[in-house]
Amino acid sequence: MPDVATADAPNKSNTGGTILSVRNLEAWYGESHILHGINFDVNAGEVVTLLGRNGAGKTTTLKSIMGIIGKRSGSVRFNDQEIIRATSDRIARMGIAFCPEERGIFASLDVRENLLLPPVVRAGGLSLEQIFDLFPNLKERLSSQGTKLSGGEQQMLAIARILRTGASFLMLDEPTEGLAPVIIQQIGHTIARLKNEGFTILLVEQNFRFASTVADRYYVVEHGKIIDGFANSELQANMDKLHTYLGV
Amino acid sequence: MQALYAQLLVGLINGSFYALLSLGLAVIFGMLNIINFAHGALYMMGAFCAYFLLTYGGIGYWWALIIAPIAVGIFGIILERTMLQWLSGLDHVYGLLLTFGIALIVQGIFQNYFGSSGLPYSIPDELRGGVNLGFMFLPIYRGWVVIFSLVVCLATWYLIERTRLGANLRAATENPTLVRAFGINVPRMITLTYGLGVGLAALAGVLSAPINQVRPLMGADLIIVVFAVVVIGGMGSIMGSIITGFTLGVVEGLTKYFYPEASNTVVFVLMVLVLLVKPTGLTGRTA
Repeated sequence: MPDVATADAPNKSNTGGTILSVRNLEAWYGESHILHGINFDVNAGEVVTLLGRNGAGKTTTLKSIMGIIGKRSGSVRFNDQEIIRATSDRIARMGIAFCPEERGIFASLDVRENLLLPPVVRAGGLSLEQIFDLFPNLKERLSSQGTKLSGGEQQMLAIARILRTGASFLMLDEPTEGLAPVIIQQIGHTIARLKNEGFTILLVEQNFRFASTVADRYYVVEHGKIIDGFANSELQANMDKLHTYLGV
Repeated sequence: MQALYAQLLVGLINGSFYALLSLGLAVIFGMLNIINFAHGALYMMGAFCAYFLLTYGGIGYWWALIIAPIAVGIFGIILERTMLQWLSGLDHVYGLLLTFGIALIVQGIFQNYFGSSGLPYSIPDELRGGVNLGFMFLPIYRGWVVIFSLVVCLATWYLIERTRLGANLRAATENPTLVRAFGINVPRMITLTYGLGVGLAALAGVLSAPINQVRPLMGADLIIVVFAVVVIGGMGSIMGSIITGFTLGVVEGLTKYFYPEASNTVVFVLMVLVLLVKPTGLTGRTA
């Protein structure tokens, strides 16, 4: 198994140095061994997408980086600091923000409370005005119960609340899942705008057509390993391979 | 008619204790998912703490209202850190058995040293005497207990339902893993919440000391009714516990006037009826 993270280094379209470095990451759910040695890098200012079929280990990779999976080993370095043994609250305070696949909107909180829930971990986060500029719908629904929002609005809320925190590294798990095409387009514009504003984004997606509109690079995850990686400029050349990987 | 008003007042007093204790239980259950059977013993410790402060330290009632909840709250925090935290994620029955065991041990220790009879704790001078309301005589201390309990209950409700800290608590009740991944130290929040719930029990103990005397089993006598209050109000529901606590105290008082034979069972009859009609309690949410 070649070290994909190292092998594809010349193709990186990044604008900065490595911000996240994952090496030999393994993770378990109870007795089930899910990740079998994940290796990849993310550079500052990039949008990197993890592609793969259902159950390949993409979400587990994000959760392992975030410290949510109890049993994990290997190395995860963020801004040159080892975080594999850190608790998730400490990882969040270091500047990594996570937007889960199920969105994690709290039913007992209204939209404003959901939005203000994650604490500001460092300066540089978006103000509420900037957030309402990105997602105008949220401003009109501030006093609604969080789970009464539409699927698209919930996704916007899930992304919006982590933008307040000042975290510069965002991990978005399938942000387009189950959304209407017009909402997917809006999420795409948002990700592009965040990238322009200097955020680094690690995206998990099954919808690579959407991913291709925002990503700089891709890694393909299969059976708990990274099996391939390429830059967005190489997407067309890798399309057949990608169809095979994803079973499209 | 005087007797009816007197029973109403007794009902309100009991309701105050039910509300304060069930509020603490609701906070603990909502946040830690633990059915805290030690709550009665911790209520008793609050009363004993006030007694010790007065007897051995010469520290009176007003300071005891502050010191006892803090001291017993710290004891609760130690319990949570050393024992209860290990039960996270396990079936409710483990928490119930552990806290029941703790209650038996704590009560046993106090019974060993102080026997079963009550120790006197006098009403503070400022709250002695009474007021003639025309239709009844109102002892000032009892009026104070009702008003103070109501204020504490509403303040706790406000803290949990209307503040940023309360939003964190409610969110952590729903999904502690995600709240922690947002950078909030959930284990510390759980510990402090347990301390808060225990502190409320101890506060009720201090309020109760001048009325009911200080006895090792004073909490054991009360806790079963308080659990019925929590079940009727809805497990984990803050406002449900407050309203149900006061209401059931009054219902119990009225039953004592109209049909005394049923006064000890009326709360449990109501609990059965509520569970038959609404299994989640009057204000409880479905899972």
